[in-house]
Amino acid sequence: MLIPRIYLALQNGRVGHGTKVPRNINMERLRNGYLFSEICRRELEHTQKYPHAKLIKLGIGDTTEPIPDIITSAMAEHAHALSTIRGYRGYGAEQGNMELRNAIAQTFYRDMGIKANEVFVSDGAQCDISRIQMLLGSNVTVAVQDPSFPAYMDSSVIIGQSGNFKDETGKYENILYMNCGPESNFFPDLSNTPRTDIIFLCSPNNPTGHAASRQQLEQLVEFAKANGSIIIHDSAYAAYITDESPRSIFEIPGGREVAIEISSFSKFAGFTGVRLGWTVVPEELLYSNGFPVIKDYNRIVCTCFNGASSIAQAGGLACLSSDGYLAMNAVLDYYKENAKIIIDTFTSLGLKVYGGKNAPYMWVHFPGLRSWDVFNEILEKTHIITVPGTGFGPGGEGYIRVSAFGHRESVIEASRRLKNLLK
Amino acid sequence: MYCLMSSWPSMSSSSSCFLGQTHFDSRTPNACLPTKDSWICKYVATPATETTAHTTKVSRNANIAKLQAGYLFPEIARRRSAHMLKYPEAQVISLGIGDTTEPIPEVITSGMAKKAHALSTLEGYSGYGAEQGEKQLRAAIALTYYGDLSIEESDIFVSDGAKSDISRLQVMFGSNVTMAVQDPSYPAYVDSSVILGQTGQFQKDVEKYRNIEYMKCNPENGFFPDLSTVSRTDIIFFCSPNNPTGNAATREQLTRLVQFAKDNGSILVYDSAYAMYISDDSPRSIFEIPGAKEVAIEVSSFSKYAGFTGVRLGWTVVPKELRYSDGFPVAKDFNRIVCTTFNGASNISQAGGMACLSPEGLEAMHKVVGFYKENTNRIMETFTSLGFSVYGGQNAPYVWVRFPGQSSWDVFSEILEKTHVVTTPGSGFGPAGDGFIRVSAFGHRGNVLEACKRFKQLWQ
Repeated sequence: MLIPRIYLALQNGRVGHGTKVPRNINMERLRNGYLFSEICRRELEHTQKYPHAKLIKLGIGDTTEPIPDIITSAMAEHAHALSTIRGYRGYGAEQGNMELRNAIAQTFYRDMGIKANEVFVSDGAQCDISRIQMLLGSNVTVAVQDPSFPAYMDSSVIIGQSGNFKDETGKYENILYMNCGPESNFFPDLSNTPRTDIIFLCSPNNPTGHAASRQQLEQLVEFAKANGSIIIHDSAYAAYITDESPRSIFEIPGGREVAIEISSFSKFAGFTGVRLGWTVVPEELLYSNGFPVIKDYNRIVCTCFNGASSIAQAGGLACLSSDGYLAMNAVLDYYKENAKIIIDTFTSLGLKVYGGKNAPYMWVHFPGLRSWDVFNEILEKTHIITVPGTGFGPGGEGYIRVSAFGHRESVIEASRRLKNLLK
Repeated sequence: MYCLMSSWPSMSSSSSCFLGQTHFDSRTPNACLPTKDSWICKYVATPATETTAHTTKVSRNANIAKLQAGYLFPEIARRRSAHMLKYPEAQVISLGIGDTTEPIPEVITSGMAKKAHALSTLEGYSGYGAEQGEKQLRAAIALTYYGDLSIEESDIFVSDGAKSDISRLQVMFGSNVTMAVQDPSYPAYVDSSVILGQTGQFQKDVEKYRNIEYMKCNPENGFFPDLSTVSRTDIIFFCSPNNPTGNAATREQLTRLVQFAKDNGSILVYDSAYAMYISDDSPRSIFEIPGAKEVAIEVSSFSKYAGFTGVRLGWTVVPKELRYSDGFPVAKDFNRIVCTTFNGASNISQAGGMACLSPEGLEAMHKVVGFYKENTNRIMETFTSLGFSVYGGQNAPYVWVRFPGQSSWDVFSEILEKTHVVTTPGSGFGPAGDGFIRVSAFGHRGNVLEACKRFKQLWQ
């Protein structure tokens, strides 16, 4: 609802010059701040209220463990090299440095027919999601899982795909929400899912932690093929898989003709601050007029972006060396052990816990309770930050997401406090 | 590198004339046909039903289909590569893409190396940073560049560079705004506008997109638009010192521009990425002009100051005073964009930025900028001595040379063919750029001198 300009101006205590530029109606459609900014804000408020409390953060999925030396040394070395004539590099290819693109293709997509030129290195999945939205434009229909990572939804609203938010349903009128709960094994019931142009699917899933089975993904690819849809497959947590679940949509035959895959070094290498990720757009992926999607994505990347930092890319390459990869797996194991502790804690309290086995997130059910109330109570009484399920969509009501990132002692302490509170 | 493909079925006025002549498998995109615009490759897709390839039922974004060719600079790079293949023995000199060449001063890279090492320690590890940038870097930028202009730390948004910021601003503005650009101008403003759906189709006869207001800037008007002939638009992109013409607007001109924006209720997006190259007392920031905070956003970058073209670091200033027509502060929406479509500039790059803004770092940056300015002087002298009309150069690392009556792509090709020097054809920046060549001043001194020597040989 547009607030009369003069009212707002007075409200803000000034009647100054306002431009005549209309605010983007899509920005108006966004409900609140971005979820994780809101969690940050609550955290700040809480620390101000309880300055002596030892706050434990199991909310935002922020990595906490140092990056292995072999990786940071490569980045430091590259930084030093930039001070030499021989080692100085200016603009890199917007699609990423070829060595890294090759390494990504070899490491993650060997035997899947994905080539280096189909890999676009970026400054992370969050940015890529929006670049993909710019690629797709406002005239496509979109389906998201409910619950899901808020960036798919929010970027969809911003680019103009979503229509208005309906308070009655708690949903945007033009977005298709594919409910993913325990009843449906945390996977959309495709037999009841209308066609949309685009389907966002995150597996292993943020926030539920569910990794789709091979059979589920085969169904999805078949569904996308039959409907002529494009799957945007977010595989940022694939490294956390401990069973046989597929790590890439391209493990599924036919995946290359229907899917784009995004991924990230953030949770894999502790690069949340360093900023490095990638998107795979197979050459086989075609628009309805036969035009290859990869050509337009390349144009977006060349026009709206200027490449990931060369230093971050040097780090990425070190991550994918055999020693680097081994070192990173040790850090992954550390977080996986955290996850086990958290699962055990909630299970011992008689709560139903999902996820945690193939992802660094636990999805805890608090039947009959509102997730923001549970969030508040946990925060108030144990000084632990989590994330309320409704932050991820109406299908998250009654759930809390607990992340497994943190120093071991904090996780153990959190476990102790939760047992005290919820016994 | 890729080629332009006409859409199928072709409805636009820019459709290729060889539709129907030759069929190509839509999966052999490298097939090119020569055209009279020799630098544009066009090819034709067969309808998908003729092959066994699966096509989705997702329509191609019609906005992207409006774009005429690849982004300008990858095209220059492609030409350069093709030339090097053709003449493997030639020593090709690149004065085309404005890519920095000199090593980054050690005080800055040490800052970055130190941060990298710290990420391996418990005390030094940091994960997600604030999407708006690290507080101390925001504060340092505010102090260094806007010290007495009342721009605060909270008005500064650190980014991975101006090019990304331009698109983020466009995403924020949305498709229902009109925009004006200088003609010629840095191609990212127009291209991002097309992508976001603010423009109509490209009109081949005038080489302009419908719905964009092109503000001609040429020697005749002193490279500043005649504002009395400019229609009102919501957004006005303005770059000073200018890429590609090298012209820096005067205080008087910018005062008129701010007034124009104020009268029209427009938002000025002011690109000051080359401000450090100013030699005279031209304003370095739009916020030096009274009233600018209510009408302008400023975009800037460490790329050309610190050689950070590969490191990736820049910033955008959105003053609190800037409001939409309904009074809503633009900074609030930009903050939301930054939190949702971005996740912060690399923490290592930001550590580099902090080192840049230390006293030692600032001094070191000035030295490198001075080096490129000396290159610019040599290039200007050369062209002037050859009798050309030469513009820019004094306040920017670009020299804008006039070749009256000639197609700039033809001149570009001739220079490349005969001297093995890559430049950038003026029409790549807009129709008013035709008849000009942009020569960039980034390069090792030896290469710049050699290029000057070759220019003298060609035109003496």
